[in-house]
Amino acid sequence: MLAASLLIASFVIFAAVYLAPGNPISALSGGRALPASSIRILEQRYHLNEPFLAQYWYWLGNVLHGNLGISITLRENVSTLISQRVWTTAGLVLYASLLILVFGIGMGIVAGLRPGFLDTSTLVVTAISAAVPAFVAAIVLILVFSVKLGWFPALGNGTDFVSNVQHFTLPAIALAFSALAIVARVTRTSIREESDREHVQTAVSRGIPARQLIRRHILRNAAIPITTISGITIASLIAVAAVVETAFSLNGLGAYLVQAAESKDLAVVQGISLVLVTAFVLVNLLVDVLYALLDPRVTLGSRAQ
Amino acid sequence: MSAGAGATATAAVATPSLRRVRPLTGLRATGIAGMVSAAVIAVATFAAIFGPLLAPYNPNLPNLSLAWVGPVGGHLLGFDFQGRDVFSRLLAGAQSSMLGPLAVVILSMAAGALLAVFAAWRRGAADAVISSGLDILFAFPGILLAVLATAVFGAGLTAAAIALSIAYMPYVARVLRGVALRERTQPYIAALEVQGSSATVICVRHLIPNMLPLIVAQGTIMFGWAMVDLAAISFLGLGVQPPQANWGVMISENQTGILQGYPLPALSAGLCIVAVVIAFNVLGERLFAQAQAAGR
Repeated sequence: MLAASLLIASFVIFAAVYLAPGNPISALSGGRALPASSIRILEQRYHLNEPFLAQYWYWLGNVLHGNLGISITLRENVSTLISQRVWTTAGLVLYASLLILVFGIGMGIVAGLRPGFLDTSTLVVTAISAAVPAFVAAIVLILVFSVKLGWFPALGNGTDFVSNVQHFTLPAIALAFSALAIVARVTRTSIREESDREHVQTAVSRGIPARQLIRRHILRNAAIPITTISGITIASLIAVAAVVETAFSLNGLGAYLVQAAESKDLAVVQGISLVLVTAFVLVNLLVDVLYALLDPRVTLGSRAQ
Repeated sequence: MSAGAGATATAAVATPSLRRVRPLTGLRATGIAGMVSAAVIAVATFAAIFGPLLAPYNPNLPNLSLAWVGPVGGHLLGFDFQGRDVFSRLLAGAQSSMLGPLAVVILSMAAGALLAVFAAWRRGAADAVISSGLDILFAFPGILLAVLATAVFGAGLTAAAIALSIAYMPYVARVLRGVALRERTQPYIAALEVQGSSATVICVRHLIPNMLPLIVAQGTIMFGWAMVDLAAISFLGLGVQPPQANWGVMISENQTGILQGYPLPALSAGLCIVAVVIAFNVLGERLFAQAQAAGR
């Protein structure tokens, strides 16, 4: 299933670019007129005269060997360009995921276990922050924490680990902002539902201590929906990272994808799309593995409902 | 089929018409939060239709000597980086900001509902093919597909909206397929089949109307998602192209003002997006709860 998804995704990415209006030769030459001999060399190198499926086959073979073609604007290997930027995006997404897992699930558990003022205020705050797009969160964070308070740098990457953490803190918060609220809300609801179940009430009447009750009877059962929503939201960060990287001028894959899309550097667009789709599919696979670990009734390959 | 037979059939099974949407009563049942949300949506819709006519100044007329000037008499929100009236641009920008998500919702809901009903009705091989096709579409995050589409077909709202519709469709279809499968086993469907109604008539006249509350609820929530994603595409410079007014474009073109101490133009556009998205989320959640309660 994983391999099939990736194969078809790669086909869609290749076909989209193949169908792009315009002549591939002029795209490769950047619009300059070329002598007939150079055109012939280009046609041969990119197999332009062969049928569509054969071209896809050559392209796929190159991709599997790590050869993603050459960027027409930077005249460099797309694989090299991607490997220079992949850690910015990976670091940003990991940082944001950590925030979501710690604060999103934490807030949800506290709100779910303690009905009352704390719960109501969490509901209101998350209803608002769930609707804040990453780029709006970005400008507000820059305004408050960079311009007004001066705590964090507003733009760009850092140079070493400590300055990287400083440079990535605001972007990671912006990226996590709405997803964190969604995870908190779903966690709260599933904790509340589990607490109302009969076996939990029975455990309460048997006098089982609260700590054990929460860990064994409530959290274990609520873990499935919490894993689902965390997986979905964290996977979605991979694409939204493009927006945050652009807003904070970070040198990541997403921001580069957007630049390449603007300048019609299609080899780069293909390469980055492929990397991001693969990452997206892998995160989803990880969630499936987690299901099987959390719930013995789930066998790998079937999705928990 | 005679009219008499139809009447007995409706009397024998629970009358489906009772479960249809009645907009005003339904809205009142969503509570104060639901009604406030509906009001916000109504204002945004009004601005989307009449915004360009209501705008007190020309939203596209630059005047560089007024760039970044704050609120002064008659100019509620001041001027943007090119000295254009921010309030007028917000009103004019409502159109592209609301129209894009509307197109995405209509396209993805129509295609998703069609596939879901077809899969649930035929079951078997058709269902298996549609379901696995949708599973593969899940591999493409919406924003990524939209960026890919604008790279290939050129920047613009149309390519982005079509790409997002395709990316959202599997989410719609998955939920609706489950509901359609459950509805398919209801006695009234069997009764209609026994009477010799064709599959198309049953689906169009009975099955889909019964799923309508859920379709409306899901479309409402999806409008919020689509607004965020399309505004993000415009923010990235791949959607609506400046100088055309749009809330996402306004944030990106006035982002430098944040660093220079003139945050109002970008912030006010951000606030418009957030307010409308909260309204759609809250109303959608209420409608969803209502649809589920009615379905039980």
